[in-house]
Amino acid sequence: MNQTQIEFRNVSFRYADDQPWVLKDVSFTIRSDQSVAIIGHNGSGKSTIAKLINGLLFPDEGEIIVHGTSVNENTIWDVRKKVGMVFQNPDNQFVGTTVRDDVAFGLENRGIERIDMIQRIDSSLAAVRMKDYLLHEPHRLSGGQKQRVAIAGVLAIRPDVIILDEATAMLDPKGRQEILTTVNEVKQNHPLNLITITHDLNEIISADRVIVMNDGEVWLETKPRDLFTKEEALQSIGLDVPFSAKLANELKRLNIELERTPLDQKELLDALWTYHLKT
Amino acid sequence: MASSLIIGQYVPSQSMIHRLDPRTKMIIIFLFVVFVFFANNFMSYGWLTLFAAFTALSTKIRLRYIAKGLTPVWFLIVFTFFLHLFVTHEGDILFRIIGFPIYSGAIAQGIQISIRFFLLILFTSMLTLTTTPIEITDAIETLLNPLKRFRFPVHELALMMSISLRFIPTLMQEAEKISKAQASRGVDFKTGPIKDRIQAVVPLLVPLFVSAFKRAEELAMAMEARGYQGGEGRTKLRALAIERIDWYAFIIFTFVLTGLFILRQ
Repeated sequence: MNQTQIEFRNVSFRYADDQPWVLKDVSFTIRSDQSVAIIGHNGSGKSTIAKLINGLLFPDEGEIIVHGTSVNENTIWDVRKKVGMVFQNPDNQFVGTTVRDDVAFGLENRGIERIDMIQRIDSSLAAVRMKDYLLHEPHRLSGGQKQRVAIAGVLAIRPDVIILDEATAMLDPKGRQEILTTVNEVKQNHPLNLITITHDLNEIISADRVIVMNDGEVWLETKPRDLFTKEEALQSIGLDVPFSAKLANELKRLNIELERTPLDQKELLDALWTYHLKT
Repeated sequence: MASSLIIGQYVPSQSMIHRLDPRTKMIIIFLFVVFVFFANNFMSYGWLTLFAAFTALSTKIRLRYIAKGLTPVWFLIVFTFFLHLFVTHEGDILFRIIGFPIYSGAIAQGIQISIRFFLLILFTSMLTLTTTPIEITDAIETLLNPLKRFRFPVHELALMMSISLRFIPTLMQEAEKISKAQASRGVDFKTGPIKDRIQAVVPLLVPLFVSAFKRAEELAMAMEARGYQGGEGRTKLRALAIERIDWYAFIIFTFVLTGLFILRQ
């Protein structure tokens, strides 16, 4: 299981010859047992990475290898069987006229038999807790519900990798929470390689590894906890750490050193109320 | 809001007509439209009217609702009647209206043509009343399937129709949002001379078009990412099936047609 899933080898990309490079000589590997977050502010090239992985775009230089296959025009359909993607806009990726039809879309494309299809639709909708909405039309669903349907559509094709390309960016806080909960549940129950692309550092907490992109280059590769200590450096590239990490960093400046940088408010609280016991 | 989002005039119900396969309905309606023109006397028209009325009743849709759907065409039906009344010169002169002679044949002709018109519209509206747009799309796709041999893009056409159906409510909601945004900036959609009101639509349509194009691009990308590569090798979730009830419908319709040919002159 512990093998290389995705590898970028010196990848450079630009949209047109007269335009600046979006990615400059990017190299990294993602192992199949890791969930990885790719962060960066707008225009840092993070979404381009997602589109390169499943062959919606091709690199100008370098090579991308997904599960041992080099991504090029002959292999994209094989690669797309392994890589599922959820996009930013909930409306613009909903193809079917009802929830059921939309989840079926990816299965229909792959020529799955009808009986198998019905079963897969049921189980993947159950996984995102949208089974009660089987026959709902998209305009009767909230943004968060639509994104959950999109996740179900991806799960139904049983991919090895799921890429969430800013899947929560257009949702309200409630919808965002819905998606994060759903994704965590899915991750526990399915052997999946999850790649989260975001500009919100609150969403990288559960990742094993973080790749920070800046200006088309890999700026840093680290663990979420270590990243949160680099508050000022992050701010200089347009990213903001969550409140709990900010407070911890501020306390550190006052020589109150917490045992470890808290990832969320609960960890912060625990660290604070147990602090005195340890000194 | 919700009421303005109903597409077409479909009325949900569990009637026999609703449960028929959409292909059955389309074939029967198509044949009916053709054979209405074979009726040529009061007996045959009466026979077809009886059949149409029987069908309308078995949809279990309230007659008032069906009649409401026909309101825009009443004028045409009445107009057709009077046109034939004044133009046809057959039979004896019965009386004169302001100097115009009215022939006995004209009255018969006017009534028959009006009934024909009425039957055509009543019967075809039965399709949209009892069939969801997506069912109609599926039926068109399967019925046109033989045309694939002549490289007619049947699957693409059906996909286009179903995507349009899916995006109608989305774009309507968006149009409403844009019109509110523009109204809050002082665009007046509701008062003033017609010319101004038509001009006021421009700031509504331009953003709507721009966003529709953006949506199309993103949707195309999402479809590709989900493995869409045209109709080849694709399976379908929604399956149409001809059942016993469809055979009954065809048998009844054959009986109606036989009746028509016996009764006509």
